[in-house]
Amino acid sequence: MCSKITLLDYGMGNLLNVARAFEHCGADVTITEDASLALAAERLVVPGVGAFRDCISELASRGFDEVIHRFVATERPFLGICVGMQMLFEGSEEFGEHRGLGILEGRVRGIPSRNTQNIQQRVPQIGWNYLIPAEGCEHWRGGVLEGLEAKRAAVYFVHSYAAVPSDPSIRLADTLYGGHRLCAAVQQANVMATQFHPERSGKVGLSILRSFIQI
Amino acid sequence: MSLAKRIIPCLDVTAGRVVKGVNFVGLRDAGDPVEIARRYDRQGADELTFLDITASSDNRDLILPIIEAVAEQVFIPLTVGGGVRKVEDVRRLLHAGADKVGINTTAVTHPQVVEEAAGYFGSQAIVVAIDAKRVSQPGEAPRWEVYTHGGRTATGLDVLAWALAMQTRGAGELLLTSMDRDGTRSGFDLELTRAVSDAVTIPVIASGGVGKLQDLADGILLGRADAVLAASIFHFGEHTVGEAKQLMRDQGIEVRL
Repeated sequence: MCSKITLLDYGMGNLLNVARAFEHCGADVTITEDASLALAAERLVVPGVGAFRDCISELASRGFDEVIHRFVATERPFLGICVGMQMLFEGSEEFGEHRGLGILEGRVRGIPSRNTQNIQQRVPQIGWNYLIPAEGCEHWRGGVLEGLEAKRAAVYFVHSYAAVPSDPSIRLADTLYGGHRLCAAVQQANVMATQFHPERSGKVGLSILRSFIQI
Repeated sequence: MSLAKRIIPCLDVTAGRVVKGVNFVGLRDAGDPVEIARRYDRQGADELTFLDITASSDNRDLILPIIEAVAEQVFIPLTVGGGVRKVEDVRRLLHAGADKVGINTTAVTHPQVVEEAAGYFGSQAIVVAIDAKRVSQPGEAPRWEVYTHGGRTATGLDVLAWALAMQTRGAGELLLTSMDRDGTRSGFDLELTRAVSDAVTIPVIASGGVGKLQDLADGILLGRADAVLAASIFHFGEHTVGEAKQLMRDQGIEVRL
């Protein structure tokens, strides 16, 4: 059986790389700018690259904010990647306050400019960092992180901002940056999202995409 | 267990093929780009950088099919640099499969291109490449000047001031090459690497001069770089990326194994 993946094209994602990675995993991938096709998707994926305000305004100008709300309500699997994850939250402080989709509770905040020893650190975080279980998260079974080994699985991050969910129970995995826990992956029912780029995270990333197409 | 330091093999591309340069003379075909990219991926490379060294702009587009072919098979970040003049060039490279685009000469001649590209595609997609040449005399405080056009044109710009200016314009990362060390295999210019790394808050990739594995570790430990880029020590089969990572880990550097 070939899983069907629909990628929402709103002008702001590295869609082709996401499409190529899903195809490599055996999925049948459609890239669409069409709201009705997106709504009818078996599995919907929303990547996002760039600034939050640009992504959310491009999304809204096409009416895709409504599409995502309605798709999520169908209970079919949804995956947000990077800014595609951040947009699911209520708002972001990147370049001033901007409203998000409000599907997940919480806000997107800047990565602290100082580490926990109060020494200035690099922002953005660029590179491979390890996934650790979020506090209170006992296992990764049944979600996109299924089969990964905590503290051994490294994935590729490129970001200056990170989501801070209000509800800690949706948090699956964090990553440690300068001693701070940054939210790396969340799941709330059928809504899954990663701050990192699974399509750029080698074998670990492909395993995550395979898990998503099997959910 | 935190953000890993990165090892980035650099591949030179011309006329649609990956080539090996030997001290800038005698370019040899190095084989299929997808195969080479796969090999480095298997060895544990954290990213790949493709440098378009095509002399004629007529041939510029030949790198696009290479990037597409690699992006279909290798799922780690790809940076592409060389000959980027306009925001449109950035868009086409990203569309072909690049995750980041390196801008060098154009950053000096038209710095607004860096700003526009960072504004449109995000800072994370824009790597400003700086070719630095030491211009201070022995005994003086060290000073480096920015060169462009593949190291042929002096700009009069001070490297540290330029690095900060590019950070302000929205560069997400700096690829810092020591022209004095490039091709010498005598190690990074650690003083340069350290000076730039300490001056900016965005990540710095050290480049130019790697001749042995310890040079890579020194770039991190002494130069305070976030990533190290090398070509010849990996291309000629002397060392693998895996060996480099093992040595770095033995010296306490966080690497992805």
